[in-house]
Amino acid sequence: MNHAETLLPALRVAGLSKRFTLHNQGGVELPVLEGVTLDAFRGECLALDGPSGAGKSTLLKLIYANYRASAGSIRVRRTSAAAEVDVTTADPRTLLALRRDTIGYVSQFLRTVPRVGALDVVAEPLLGTADADTSALRDAHRKAQELLLRLRIPQRLWHVPPATFSGGEQQRINIARSFIRSWPVLLLDEPTASLDADNCSTVVSLIDEARARGAAVIGIFHDARVRERVATRVIDMERFQPRPGSR
Amino acid sequence: MSEDTQPILRVEGIVKHYGSRVAVDGVSFELWAGEVLAIVGESGSGKTTLLNAVAARARPDGGRVSFLTRHEGVVDVHAMSEAQRRLLARTDWGYVHQDAVQGLRMNVSAGANVGERLMALGERHYGRIRNEAASWLERVEMDVTRIDDTPATFSGGMRQRLQIARNLVTRPRLVFMDEPTSGLDVSVQAKLLDLLRSLTRGLSLAAIVVTHDLAVARLLAHRMVVMKDGRVVETGLTDQVLDDPQHPYTQLLVSSVLQP
Ligand SMILES: Nc1ncnc2c1ncn2[C@@H]1O[C@H](COP(=O)(O)OP(=O)(O)O)[C@@H](O)[C@H]1O
Ligand SMILES: Nc1ncnc2c1ncn2[C@@H]1O[C@H](COP(=O)(O)OP(=O)(O)O)[C@@H](O)[C@H]1O
Ligand SMILES: [Mg+2]
Ligand SMILES: [Mg+2]
Repeated sequence: MNHAETLLPALRVAGLSKRFTLHNQGGVELPVLEGVTLDAFRGECLALDGPSGAGKSTLLKLIYANYRASAGSIRVRRTSAAAEVDVTTADPRTLLALRRDTIGYVSQFLRTVPRVGALDVVAEPLLGTADADTSALRDAHRKAQELLLRLRIPQRLWHVPPATFSGGEQQRINIARSFIRSWPVLLLDEPTASLDADNCSTVVSLIDEARARGAAVIGIFHDARVRERVATRVIDMERFQPRPGSR
Repeated sequence: MSEDTQPILRVEGIVKHYGSRVAVDGVSFELWAGEVLAIVGESGSGKTTLLNAVAARARPDGGRVSFLTRHEGVVDVHAMSEAQRRLLARTDWGYVHQDAVQGLRMNVSAGANVGERLMALGERHYGRIRNEAASWLERVEMDVTRIDDTPATFSGGMRQRLQIARNLVTRPRLVFMDEPTSGLDVSVQAKLLDLLRSLTRGLSLAAIVVTHDLAVARLLAHRMVVMKDGRVVETGLTDQVLDDPQHPYTQLLVSSVLQP
């Protein structure tokens, strides 16, 4: 990480709003976020704080381009390129590239691909789409094994597809998968929600390591102790609640 | 997906009528190398008609389809000679029919079905053709000992696997698929989907998959096009369209299935 990179935000959100229009329920408008403005610098961990329904997950999904913004911008600096990309207007190819090389995301629930074993699920972000050469494959598998060990996934499960795993096991697979790369921007949606104390502290260490590598981390942590332990800044989501009557 | 400078396929303003009925009404999209695009919409929305116009199996009443060839740059597929088009369809393209019977020769052996495209490309060496056919049967997870049996003796799932092998043997860069898993038992469907997913990802295949099944799109496609009455009503990354659908019709489609 050079000096200039630490001074420029990895992520800049400005004037971001989200409302859902439910066309099949009489076109009712559901405003969720309004005027979200925040910067995230490399090495930071921002914790999104607010009650259930405050739009915390929605904000992470907007940054990951899973949801589409109603207004505002989300500017992300790509690893290789110096220029920023605005996630809210980028074309699909650019978004897919951003997800490959810049933004990592631990969703609340793992969407499993049937018949792909846990080790391969975890290694996948390192391998890209095309046939990987054998040394890249060995490398990715070695890293995946390290993470599975650290997250206490028993070795007998490594080649089993995670579809049949318990909620906590699936979550750890999800976490391993998202920490296998050094994403410059890392989004974590309740990564410790169903973990025991030991695995919780492993995740805390992984977050610290990611920050030390220069990642900007934005997370939702339901557990106040975890939040206090990992967050360098707390973002109060109440500030971004739509006012009644606004649209 | 590589960092190319232009799309492998460009579809502009395709229109197709059947008599006075407009089946496809001005559809445009692009496809990049290695990208899988799903075309979804309910029955009768014009998906198959569009696919056939794009794959040059039927001539559209309007619009243009441009394909980036390996050696000759961009070609207008509807302006090519019939012979050129046939060559393209057998080499750089593949077409997987919904009904495998339409995509296979039912009275010749599985091995010959796979070998046919190699022979069309000038391969004459029987041993090599047979080896290549056997290796493709293996890749699509078929029992290689069935190589001399005809598809007439195969189950629906096996026929579909054979059709896929027959198409991929020439290493096409673009594959068209029309409802590749529909009509099969659910468990057979799931296995075939896994196979298609690993083949498209592993070979960096570009593909257009027509499906009415949103779960198929979720598993296979990077991007989606939603059609209604011959028009595109919504496009986007697959997860965007499924998780945050914008158009009333897409919202209806998504809400009518459990968890796409
Ligand atoms: N895809 C969606 N369609 C409609 N409403 C949604 C969608 N996603 C989230 N919401 C709504 O947005 C609000 C905020 O949800 P969420 O971001 O999950 O909150 P939090 O993570 O803070 O608990 C909720 O009212 C939720 O119902
Ligand atoms: N050969 C044909 N002759 C006349 N009408 C057709 C023919 N093929 C399709 N159609 C009509 O065109 C429309 C689109 O059909 P199709 O492309 O098969 O839709 P999909 O594949 O989405 O189910 C439908 O109204 C269908 O009845
Ligand atoms: Mg949430
Ligand atoms: Mg059809």
